[in-house]
Amino acid sequence: MTPSNDAGRLAGGVVVALFVAAQLFGVATSPAEAGMGHLQKIMYVHVPAAWAAFLAFGIVFIMSILYLVRRRESHDLLAASAAQVGVVLTGLTLALGSIWGRPTWGVWWTWDPRLTSTAVLFVIFVGYLALRSFVDEPQQRARWSAAVGILGFLNVPIVYMSVRWWRTLHQPSSSPATVDDPYVWGLRINAVVFIIVMAYLIRRLYQASILQRKVEALEEERALATEGSHV
Amino acid sequence: MSNEPQEPENGGEKRTRRRGLTFLGVGAVLIGFGYLLLGGIGDNLVYYLTPSELEARGDAAYETSVRLGGVVIPESVQWDADALDLRFKVGDGTTEMEVHSKGAPPQMFRDGIEVLVEGRLASSGVFQSTNLMVKHSNEYRAPEEGQRPQDLYQDLLNTEGE
Repeated sequence: MTPSNDAGRLAGGVVVALFVAAQLFGVATSPAEAGMGHLQKIMYVHVPAAWAAFLAFGIVFIMSILYLVRRRESHDLLAASAAQVGVVLTGLTLALGSIWGRPTWGVWWTWDPRLTSTAVLFVIFVGYLALRSFVDEPQQRARWSAAVGILGFLNVPIVYMSVRWWRTLHQPSSSPATVDDPYVWGLRINAVVFIIVMAYLIRRLYQASILQRKVEALEEERALATEGSHV
Repeated sequence: MSNEPQEPENGGEKRTRRRGLTFLGVGAVLIGFGYLLLGGIGDNLVYYLTPSELEARGDAAYETSVRLGGVVIPESVQWDADALDLRFKVGDGTTEMEVHSKGAPPQMFRDGIEVLVEGRLASSGVFQSTNLMVKHSNEYRAPEEGQRPQDLYQDLLNTEGE
């Protein structure tokens, strides 16, 4: 295949290896937690997934603003790629949180402000992706989705602050002061690796979307050419 | 879009109308966010009440579905392992309330931990819980030498079942 594709596959292999290594490190270095035992290890996937999702929606936000200012298609395509990754990561956060919640809280789900606002964030960006597939005209699609991307991002600080602003079942954010040493590095390393995974996925989706646009442009050209030859 | 160059006057009108609609939509979303932030959730839609808050409701506190949150009062737990019947008190520092719940509590349930119960305050003054949730703090602690996390739960339920 093309050189960039080979490089992409190699990078993909490295990213997977990093992910496996970081997870093994987290699991191997942390003793059973005093209260919840080994359930604590879900922290190494649930929390990094949430942080990486916030970051992905941050990219959507910045790229949407840049698109509205500069009107460059690349900004729109990058925003769309980041939104796809953000939706997957938010879905993961919800699913993993639910799996963690059942044994610790006793319930899979409850409509507390943290869980509700996260679900709203998920739905907003699923809507963002749905909007993109409904609108065919590229510039109109880019403008509308930029508006949704910017407004949708406003929910991220609400999700983050929800545990401080309102009463929730979900605990407030942990810090190194509330987390003992054996768990801190496992969490940090996995957070960094999740961000690398996020960046990798966004890049691959972005490259794919550029190829997609090229194909569309060629098809349009060909359609015009055959039309012209008939006249 | 393709018809815009052909009908410039009509297209311009359409554009203004669409822009108006966009502003309307954006405005509605912003007002919605603002309402959630400043009003709604903040005051009226409280996720759970403390025992003091529920008591302060007076007669309106009874026989209505609420979520109650507080700390499990140490040594108030009575567990009947045969009948799967659990009784304990929750408190918020000033008020304590008796809670009755059916079924085994979640693994993290123990003295001094925060819990949320869904149900209704019976006229007897005992809160009848249909759903018991344990609220985990943001602390993650390594166990002490020789301490096994699973023992905490078993100790609690076994000793209280005697």
